[in-house]
Amino acid sequence: MLAREPLPPAVIETDRLTLEYGTDAGVVRAVEDVSFRVGEGERLVLLGPSGCGKSSILKSVAGFVKPASGVIRVRGTEVKSPGPDRMVVFQEFDQLLPWKTVRQNVEFPLRIVGKLSRSEIRERTETALRKVSLERVIDSYPHTLSGGMKQRAAIARALVTDADVLLMDEPFAALDALTRTQLQTELLDLAQELGFTLLFVTHSIDEAILIGTKLHLLSPHPGRTITSLDTDDFGRGDIGSARLESMSREVHDLLFAPSARKDILEHV
Amino acid sequence: MSDLSLNPSTSAAAWKSLRNYAWNSPAVRKILVLALLALTWELAARFNAKPILFPSFVETMTALWQAITTENLLQASWVSMSVLLKGYAIALALALVLVSLAVASRFVRELLQTLISMFNPLPAIALLPVAMLWFGLGEKSLLVVLVHAVLWPFALAALTGFDSVPETQRLVGRNYGLRGPSYVARILIPAALPSILYGLKIAWAFAWRTLIAAELVFGVSSSNGGLGWFIFRNRNELFTDKVFAGLAMVIIIGLAVEGIVFRIIESVTVRRWGMQR
Repeated sequence: MLAREPLPPAVIETDRLTLEYGTDAGVVRAVEDVSFRVGEGERLVLLGPSGCGKSSILKSVAGFVKPASGVIRVRGTEVKSPGPDRMVVFQEFDQLLPWKTVRQNVEFPLRIVGKLSRSEIRERTETALRKVSLERVIDSYPHTLSGGMKQRAAIARALVTDADVLLMDEPFAALDALTRTQLQTELLDLAQELGFTLLFVTHSIDEAILIGTKLHLLSPHPGRTITSLDTDDFGRGDIGSARLESMSREVHDLLFAPSARKDILEHV
Repeated sequence: MSDLSLNPSTSAAAWKSLRNYAWNSPAVRKILVLALLALTWELAARFNAKPILFPSFVETMTALWQAITTENLLQASWVSMSVLLKGYAIALALALVLVSLAVASRFVRELLQTLISMFNPLPAIALLPVAMLWFGLGEKSLLVVLVHAVLWPFALAALTGFDSVPETQRLVGRNYGLRGPSYVARILIPAALPSILYGLKIAWAFAWRTLIAAELVFGVSSSNGGLGWFIFRNRNELFTDKVFAGLAMVIIIGLAVEGIVFRIIESVTVRRWGMQR
């Protein structure tokens, strides 16, 4: 059992992560004892019903929430505070700062880091916006954009810094179905092109299977690991296929059927 | 060229588009409202027919013109304005520092909230006797009262604005590693700008009120009195039309600042950004 192959170096690693938050009624445990690792270029999806603490896990990897116990490491260093090496894309449309144009929004993280020259910043911003096909609205203010365009701009803003890790917290949840499908495939294309490492949170099973190379299933109240699955061989070609459907049913059973869950737990 | 006059339908259309334009232009609407108010005033004063108590619009405007040309009313206004701007600026700087500290520390927040609830209801002019006792008759006392008038309502508006900045935008700022003063300056202030502008407007009105009232009480102090002193002096001599001219000056400056300065600031910021309609 100990004679495993040496694991490839992890980009994100959580070790027995437990998260708690204080409410008026006392301390509530949101996540308990969750461990996972995301290797270079992998896309790990945290999947579970609401209340399983998946967003809390993402926020703690981003550095917004301090763990009650356990460790989070990004490229070997323990996460202590937020930083632009882990760029977050949120669900809410108001994540674009309304007082900045699309270009200024995308430039913003680069300007704060302040390492690049003006022309480099300009060039990178334009490249990132071209990748998400937003060059048409580059000088518009966010309030004039549609929801899908806002999320695209947020993705461009995350890509522009060459961050080690992208963290996405249900970025497509507030979009209509058509835009959602389109953005999912666009994200997959970008992942193929750029090979970024991604931690992605969703409550949609199909989205999880499609986006992820690995799924990490969580049970609610508090969030505990159910199991991990490999979904690397599912791609955009599988949208609507029977294979995806059966996988999706399997995941659904794992998440919701009590017997199946018990079964799994006994085998772990 | 002659088409317009010859063809009644085009001239009607032109007239209609002109009317539409006029009706949709806020400036035209505003002028219309002001003209209506002036007309009502004029009619009411003529009907009343007691110019010593209630001068008409035309009389007031004539007195205003005379005061400007012969009695240095503009200079008096400038005296008032410069004191006001000084007090306003000091109070804004103080308020921004306090509110920024309140964002960082829960203790300062509690302190600021307590101070606001204590001092906001306290009319600034009520502090004048104490201020005069401490600082004598002069600009210092005026500034103390002005700062008091501006500081609390503006701090309240700014604090409310900071508190209502969406969580996502706060997280975005923190995600980029912004902290302390740069976090306040690059995320909180622009995100709270609608509330901050509202606070600026309220504070401006409070400052004006307080200053004129304070000058009414002791305009004698400075060698050249301000607007309040102009009003007070003319009331003593029963030049009611000049009293009204002084009041009109206060209103005109207020309207100009509200309608021009603040409107321009709003249109290049919060309206342009879609943060306010």
